[in-house]
Amino acid sequence: MSYDTSTIDQETQDAISVDQAKGDFSFPENHKFDAGVGLSSDTIDYISNVKDDPDWVREFRHKGLKTFLDKPMPTNWATKDLENIDFDKIRYYLSDGQKPKRSWDEVPPEVLETFERLGVPEQERAFLAGVEAQYDSEAAYSNVKEELEKDGVIFVNSTEGLKEHEEIFRPWFGKVIPTGDNKFSALNSAVFSGGSFIYIPKGLKVKHPLQAYFRINSENFGQFERTLIIADEGSEVMYMEGCTAPKFETSTLHSAVVELVAMKGAKIQYITVQNWSSNVFNLVTKRGMAHEDAEIRWIDCNIGSRLTMKYPGVVMKGERARGEVISIALANNGQHQDTGAKMIHAANNTTSNVVSKSISVGEGRSTYRGQVHIPKHLKGCKNNTECDALLINSHSKTDTYPAITVRGNQHVTQHEASVSQVSEEMLFYMEQRGIPEGAAMSLAVNGFINELAQEFPMEYSVELKRLVELEMEGSVG
Amino acid sequence: MMTTTVPAWFADLQDEARAEYDTHPMPSRRDETWRFGNLKQLDFGGYTPDEGSEIRFSIPELPDGVICVPFEEALEKHSDLVQKYFMRNEPRLGSQKFAALHKANVKNGLFVYVPDNVQVEKPIEVSHVLKGSNKMTFPHTLVVTGKNAQVSVLDRFSSANDDDANICIAVNDLIAGEGSRLTYCAIQELNLVSRMIQINETSVGKDATAKAFTMNSGAQWARNEALSILEGEGAHSDMLSCSIPSGTQQFDQRTFQHHAAPHTNSDLLYKNSLYGNAKTVFSGLILVDEGAHYTDAYQTCRNLMMDDTAEANSMPGLEINADQVKCSHGSTSATISDEEIFYLRARGIPPHKARRLIARGFSAEAVEKLGNEALEDAVLEAVERKFSTL
Repeated sequence: MSYDTSTIDQETQDAISVDQAKGDFSFPENHKFDAGVGLSSDTIDYISNVKDDPDWVREFRHKGLKTFLDKPMPTNWATKDLENIDFDKIRYYLSDGQKPKRSWDEVPPEVLETFERLGVPEQERAFLAGVEAQYDSEAAYSNVKEELEKDGVIFVNSTEGLKEHEEIFRPWFGKVIPTGDNKFSALNSAVFSGGSFIYIPKGLKVKHPLQAYFRINSENFGQFERTLIIADEGSEVMYMEGCTAPKFETSTLHSAVVELVAMKGAKIQYITVQNWSSNVFNLVTKRGMAHEDAEIRWIDCNIGSRLTMKYPGVVMKGERARGEVISIALANNGQHQDTGAKMIHAANNTTSNVVSKSISVGEGRSTYRGQVHIPKHLKGCKNNTECDALLINSHSKTDTYPAITVRGNQHVTQHEASVSQVSEEMLFYMEQRGIPEGAAMSLAVNGFINELAQEFPMEYSVELKRLVELEMEGSVG
Repeated sequence: MMTTTVPAWFADLQDEARAEYDTHPMPSRRDETWRFGNLKQLDFGGYTPDEGSEIRFSIPELPDGVICVPFEEALEKHSDLVQKYFMRNEPRLGSQKFAALHKANVKNGLFVYVPDNVQVEKPIEVSHVLKGSNKMTFPHTLVVTGKNAQVSVLDRFSSANDDDANICIAVNDLIAGEGSRLTYCAIQELNLVSRMIQINETSVGKDATAKAFTMNSGAQWARNEALSILEGEGAHSDMLSCSIPSGTQQFDQRTFQHHAAPHTNSDLLYKNSLYGNAKTVFSGLILVDEGAHYTDAYQTCRNLMMDDTAEANSMPGLEINADQVKCSHGSTSATISDEEIFYLRARGIPPHKARRLIARGFSAEAVEKLGNEALEDAVLEAVERKFSTL
């Protein structure tokens, strides 16, 4: 690790510049199917025809479109920046019409090169149990280790999931997050494509993580993947997602819906490292349903995008269910990270924990928005929420808007938030020991998130620290 | 509607306010300032403005130069001063429409002006007694302190009997001049069929200290909106409250700590003890303006859940646009732990008394921050009165 960022050697400099621009490249478009620009019921029919949707999916999409058009923009509480999304200028479906490949050798060369440059095949070899790689609207590659397949693990894209495994996925599809949950979940319901459908059979503990990588290659494009993970009784799974897009002049929309279902005693960990380029509106709805004794953990890191609005939630439906959200957000110039958590206690003795740390750099803005709900007639529910914000420069902004509802006297909730700076004393201490100011700042920030960064798998936490270091560069003064 | 002659500027203001009330939309479910709020309570159909609600003053001996007169008298005799300070800003916490209604109908209340370097030691006390059936009253309290002045004011709100349903829309404007100390305390003990909206705006000048306390004991529904603007360097604001809702009472409190200048600090402590089917809403916001560096701001809301059917909603918020800021907020909802009860039982105190003692101590923590013995006693007496009904 090089501390002195002003006089670092050429090799490190090269590494950094490649890394910073890691996702910032694109290939010429070569799409066989293109739903055109704008959104109407024809767009929906086009997508349904290309995907050869069953009738009930087509209906589901049309209902989604209607709900989307009926619902107002949530600007009564959210940022007015949402009004800058021009839904008539977005392209809602782009694909080359091929089925996802089981081997990287069969993947079209430019798509393969994309994922090679992002390091996906390499990571798959190193530590992943299965990978899905999505390029614009559809998965280009999808594979799961043979032995897992033998054990009955299903890991496919959403189209295949709904067609080939309807009996497993349909009962839960759209049940954790109904179409009308919010304007963007309705939009996703109308035009969804891609995303992972995963089923882990009873009692199976998947040792290695499954991974999905989402890549936007085309300008003015909207990516709307839909993920549904069902962990049957007593099973365990860890799922990771990463994402990048080139930086275009115009804005790009990413609006996913992710539903998790943890049956009795199951455990799901869902890890996100979001590093979209700074022209992407990232408006994502994520929620899990935890049955009796089940545990759902969202580990969420937001570094990229222009505006992220994402509040992972857990509905604790069974007794003793546990929900957790660990969140790191870093907002740099031109970025607004509006993140948080939603904890709905719906059974006795359920516990939830939210730990959120945000860093605002330059003119960046980070927001924590949370909801904790403990309804009537329940006993022994507990919630702990901690959110800490770090402001780096004098134009950095941070907000916190939690909402906590508690009914009854047999629960315990606590919420704490703080806002602070890297103190002059801390910087002085490090400078005294020969660490230049920029590096000292970077160290202090990494110290601030260190405890949470450790929650990520090794490969990710190293990457995370590095990303934070890069983002922090030149932020002092 | 005023019987006495009012200055032209005031008559114009009231005309404008009437128009504003008529055109301003009612709060809706989509308004963040009314989230978790009970909009049904805003139906004032069948209520008419009061022509003569009772107001009693208890005024200590005052040093020379202090003005302390009923609001209507101030309009006549100190029109310029009133004009300068009366409802200067539009409320930001959701009740613009009801502030307009207040402005259009206000006729009684209190005006206090303490000139530079004058200290009033004993509290000035005003008692508003609501009476008559289906009446609305609009009491106004306007307190202005000059440089290095000091004053404390106690507003009491009560009902003449247990049966008459009234609506009280009260506004208090507190303007603390440079280096002054201004303490304001409101004790709300309306009957259980009445409703209350109280809108407070405090502006705190350079090196001044302002304290505003609200005690909620009565009313079927009460909404408090408290805004403190720290305008000058070195300003300090304490925002305090203790509420003890029971039965089906609902208290809805919204607060705003606005740091508009550097080197300012504010401290908020709101404590609710909830009994029966009571419901509370607390929504607080600390806003630190760009450039308001070296701000210290704290916000704490604690809910003591005394029964299994009570409901507490907390929304402690922060918006920070400056750096070198120390801000924190905390919110807890919990009940008295078995250990605490056990400790007192081991000393021979029966459980119901132990619970009462702990609840009293819980409320007293906010009261003690008032730092004014006479006012603290008045609030603690109201706390005792409430506990005696439970």
